[in-house]
Amino acid sequence: MSNADEQAAVVDIVTAGLKRRYAAERRFRLFGLLSVVLGFVFLFALFASIISTGYPAFQSTYVQLDIDFDPAILDISASPGSEELSAANYAGLVKHSLRELFPAVKKRRERRSLYQLVSIGAEYELRNRLLTAPSFIGRKEALWLPANDDLDTFMKGGIDRQLPQENRRLSDQQLTWIDALLEAGRIEKRFNTVFFTSGDSREPELAGIKGALLGSFYTLIVTLVLSFPIGIAAAIYLEEFASRSRWTDVIEININNLAAVPSIVFGLLGLAVFINVFDLPRSAPLVGGLVLTLMTLPTIIIASRAALKSVPPSIREAALGVGASRMQMVTHHVLPLALPGMLTGTIIGMARALGESAPLLMIGMVAFIVDVPQSITEPATALPVQIYLWSDSPERAFTEKTSAAIIVLLVFLVVMNSLAVYLRKRFEKRW
Amino acid sequence: MPSSIANAAPAATAANLNDQQTQDLHQKIAATVGRIEVDDAKMSMRDVDVFYDDKHAICAVNLDIAAHEVIAMIGPSGCGKSTFLRCMNRMNDTIENCRVSGSLKLDGVDIYDKKQDVVQLRARVGMVFQKPNPFPKSIYDNVAYGPRIHGLAANRAELEEIVVTSLERSGLFAEVKDRLDKPGTGLSGGQQQRLCIARAIAVNPEVILMDEPCSALDPIATARIEELIDELRKNYTIAIVTHSMQQAARVSQRTAYFHLGYLVEVGETAKIFTYPEHKLTEDYITGRFG
Repeated sequence: MSNADEQAAVVDIVTAGLKRRYAAERRFRLFGLLSVVLGFVFLFALFASIISTGYPAFQSTYVQLDIDFDPAILDISASPGSEELSAANYAGLVKHSLRELFPAVKKRRERRSLYQLVSIGAEYELRNRLLTAPSFIGRKEALWLPANDDLDTFMKGGIDRQLPQENRRLSDQQLTWIDALLEAGRIEKRFNTVFFTSGDSREPELAGIKGALLGSFYTLIVTLVLSFPIGIAAAIYLEEFASRSRWTDVIEININNLAAVPSIVFGLLGLAVFINVFDLPRSAPLVGGLVLTLMTLPTIIIASRAALKSVPPSIREAALGVGASRMQMVTHHVLPLALPGMLTGTIIGMARALGESAPLLMIGMVAFIVDVPQSITEPATALPVQIYLWSDSPERAFTEKTSAAIIVLLVFLVVMNSLAVYLRKRFEKRW
Repeated sequence: MPSSIANAAPAATAANLNDQQTQDLHQKIAATVGRIEVDDAKMSMRDVDVFYDDKHAICAVNLDIAAHEVIAMIGPSGCGKSTFLRCMNRMNDTIENCRVSGSLKLDGVDIYDKKQDVVQLRARVGMVFQKPNPFPKSIYDNVAYGPRIHGLAANRAELEEIVVTSLERSGLFAEVKDRLDKPGTGLSGGQQQRLCIARAIAVNPEVILMDEPCSALDPIATARIEELIDELRKNYTIAIVTHSMQQAARVSQRTAYFHLGYLVEVGETAKIFTYPEHKLTEDYITGRFG
């Protein structure tokens, strides 16, 4: 067979196989496209469900009542001291105005179900108002006060009138009162500031995210302040200074293994060491931050080492060649080039820490805490734990709070990531 | 010499002594041909051995480098010429498994002595690398980096003078004087390499080591750098590793031929390229292998 024949045969063989090869490529592309579409569908479904259930929580229902700040109802003297004021009968004020609105209601039981329409938060609000401005005593004001969660849920369409009375949270009688109030323009939905300004509560209409948000914030600050410098120092030492020996190998294997340890184990460690041995306060963001630092460190170290490894060795040689010391080589040349990668690793670690709840359960950050924490040593809870707590609550109104808290958590995450992207862009050097 | 040895030679390692033919070869090249001593030695290397773990990369090399000379080191790939060059400013210290023995002296002082500070040594013995490796900083900062870390300039004006002088000496100033604040990585390959030379001479070293400085450059840039090397000889002592025999012939006064970790022959460049004494040298420069 001549060479030309052989070449022609090769062309035939190649042509015969072409169809199969292109088909394989098309199949692969199709699968790739399908998985991307599937991913987007799930993401969209997730966001749609969270936002649709969560957005009503950003509004809450208020009832307008004519409050008569009569010292007789308040059960105080004409010129009360602040101690007397804070112990006054504010519930009486609310009840009195409701009775005036519906004079026909006489029976004790009926009255009680009437009073239920207004949240007990109304009393606190009235007390705050009087404590800050005692001059209100003796005056009569029309005030918007928070409604009870059942009324709130009804206003958001969560309660069906058609259901038999035994199966719904509001009785027929309560519904007629609500209709009357609506008729009079005394019920209104407003932006829910309580949700952003108060801590947790047993009453859904009074429960807010601020305690958990600040708890998460303090915890993450502690985590960042500890894990970023420690992680980067460890990575630089291991990558640039430590000579390779059996010890560095052991350390490397251990760091890689630590990155894969379930996070709840770090929680147990934190409980045993930070709380039981060092006697640090329970439920505090300080301890939470320490535990999350332990959890985040391996991630940061691994990512930082990868970033350092990716700095071309020629830069190191150039620096050493003009007589830079090792430390100068690292701080002047290697670190600035590795910093974007290190930031990426840190942010991945921090995002994981933000979403972590299991280790925080172990150190008591799961407690029911009403006060908004003021420092890293005060009891607090964190966003994911708050979500977990609310999702477990029986009240219908907590469902939307749960989704709203998830939205807040996601926004927190997005803000954090955008900050990281911005920082990375700033530090990135073009070659 | 049988051609089989010549063909096998580049692949064989110096440590691989069990092969009879290789052993013969090692005996043949163990003693350096030519005069290794010079009258005014700037650097003086004696019995230098370098090992990478078990691999014997440099075997008992003796060599002097005279002040204000350009010495070229040639030889086939893997013959140890770059390794030897990197011993002279202890760049090999950064390679973990590298071990150097023997005596390497700069002005009569052993540079591998415990008392010798490596930062000070590298300020005296500068280096230019095979691939241009400017820092990802401005042209000005690239050149100013060395003087800055060593504290060579008392004030900003002095520093600027050092930068300008160094750029002028490396023949780059005219091309970059309007864009000193632009990144050095934005220059062309040849300009980058001259920037690296400017960076090296900004510290005013006594010796400059060049590891194949033109291998990544086009012929025009190469010619420019060769000219530069010749000018630099007035102020510096230069050791250059090169794969181009024409380049060695053009820029150097003396040439050293390395083979399998041995220094086979050293002598006046003109003589090496016209009347090589050693058979291996002759084979290499006539292009029979390597």
